[in-house]
Amino acid sequence: MASEDWQIIWFTAWVSALSTLCILPFGLGTAWLLARRDWPGKSIIETLVSLPLVLPPVATGLILLKLLGRRGAVGGFLHDYFDFDIVFTWRAVLIALGVMSFPLLVRSARVAFEEVNPRLEEIARTLGAGELRVLFTITLPLAIRGIVGGMLLAFARALGEFGATIMVAGNIPGKTSTVSLAIFQSVQLGKDSHALRLLGISVALAFIAVWTSELLLRRKKNLR
Amino acid sequence: MNLALKNINLPLADFALSVDLTITAQVTALCGPSGSGKTSLLDLIAGLRRPESAYVQLGDRVLCDTKRGIDIPVRERRIGYVPQDLALFPHLSVRRNLLYGQRSRDAAADNLFSYEHVTGVLDIHALADRGVAKLSGGEKQRVALGRALLSSPGLLLLDEPLASLDSALKSRIIPYLTRVRDEFHVPMIVVTHSVEEVQPLCSQTLQMERGQIVRC
Repeated sequence: MASEDWQIIWFTAWVSALSTLCILPFGLGTAWLLARRDWPGKSIIETLVSLPLVLPPVATGLILLKLLGRRGAVGGFLHDYFDFDIVFTWRAVLIALGVMSFPLLVRSARVAFEEVNPRLEEIARTLGAGELRVLFTITLPLAIRGIVGGMLLAFARALGEFGATIMVAGNIPGKTSTVSLAIFQSVQLGKDSHALRLLGISVALAFIAVWTSELLLRRKKNLR
Repeated sequence: MNLALKNINLPLADFALSVDLTITAQVTALCGPSGSGKTSLLDLIAGLRRPESAYVQLGDRVLCDTKRGIDIPVRERRIGYVPQDLALFPHLSVRRNLLYGQRSRDAAADNLFSYEHVTGVLDIHALADRGVAKLSGGEKQRVALGRALLSSPGLLLLDEPLASLDSALKSRIIPYLTRVRDEFHVPMIVVTHSVEEVQPLCSQTLQMERGQIVRC
């Protein structure tokens, strides 16, 4: 395999991992709020969080492009005041992957939090524990397998992301080209064997992520 | 013990919990049919349920007074609660379960009872390194009781401590509860279906029906 292929695989893997890490605190916070609290407008947030799952990825990408482009609300502000561009850079890939995989992390983590018996948290409080101690010593340890399973699913989703990424980051070789984009480009150029090699790598990475996630979830069931 | 429960009003599914009494006995049995509001009353005392109105005073500490906007947080109430399902932390060893409450306190001087004393009285010292999933029903009961004691409570709430045990185990747990009463002198409210079972332990019996104390 050519060195540029390894560069594409490496870039896809690390930007997927980084996007998963970046969405982790927001995803866990959202999941915990959805699982443990009631507040006005909760159903709207639930729907918004799930939207990237049902919207065409290119539609999500277009929304991001309009927001983050130089004429967009966020992108325009960053360009004008900080001379900082997002679209058509690796940062756009990172944001596209994060947005597209966010719902999977939130859904898995929410189920994991909901499965923690609230009575355990209440009893921890009667024993003198504050909210942070309850979170870090009871809730998170008991939900950890579901959370890690969600992270792996989010990572796998990020590995295969195409539509939103090409809209907001384009397909710039050596800069924003991911495995999915490279496969698409190879097929378009008639380089089928190259596309198949990348496909094999892509399948292997996704298989390992989903398989590990399933193993964790199965182990969680067996522990109950 | 001096536990004042005044002007309590907590709406439940079919009726409201409505209580007005003062408990002075060292150990009080709270009995009544299922769904009569016994557990809700314990939850309210522990601060786990927010009432529409309530005045709760334990000794000289006002824990809740809705009229004056006082509502001491659960973690600061110092009320040991052993729920019916025991709620032992399944991912922690027996030792870490037992020490959970003790470590929560800011100053070591606040700990009323030592780990050695509590585990000795309850005969659970040898279980320290085991996981809670591997304990028998009676052992779990004693660990939950020990965990509550080690949080240095001013009041112990025991919700159906004998309900999940067979008759042989029940007769073995009662002496431990008696030892806790005599060794640690922590006031207790024991919720039970059967007053006879906890009669040797209790000095006062309250009968509850549809959210109200109907007999003292």
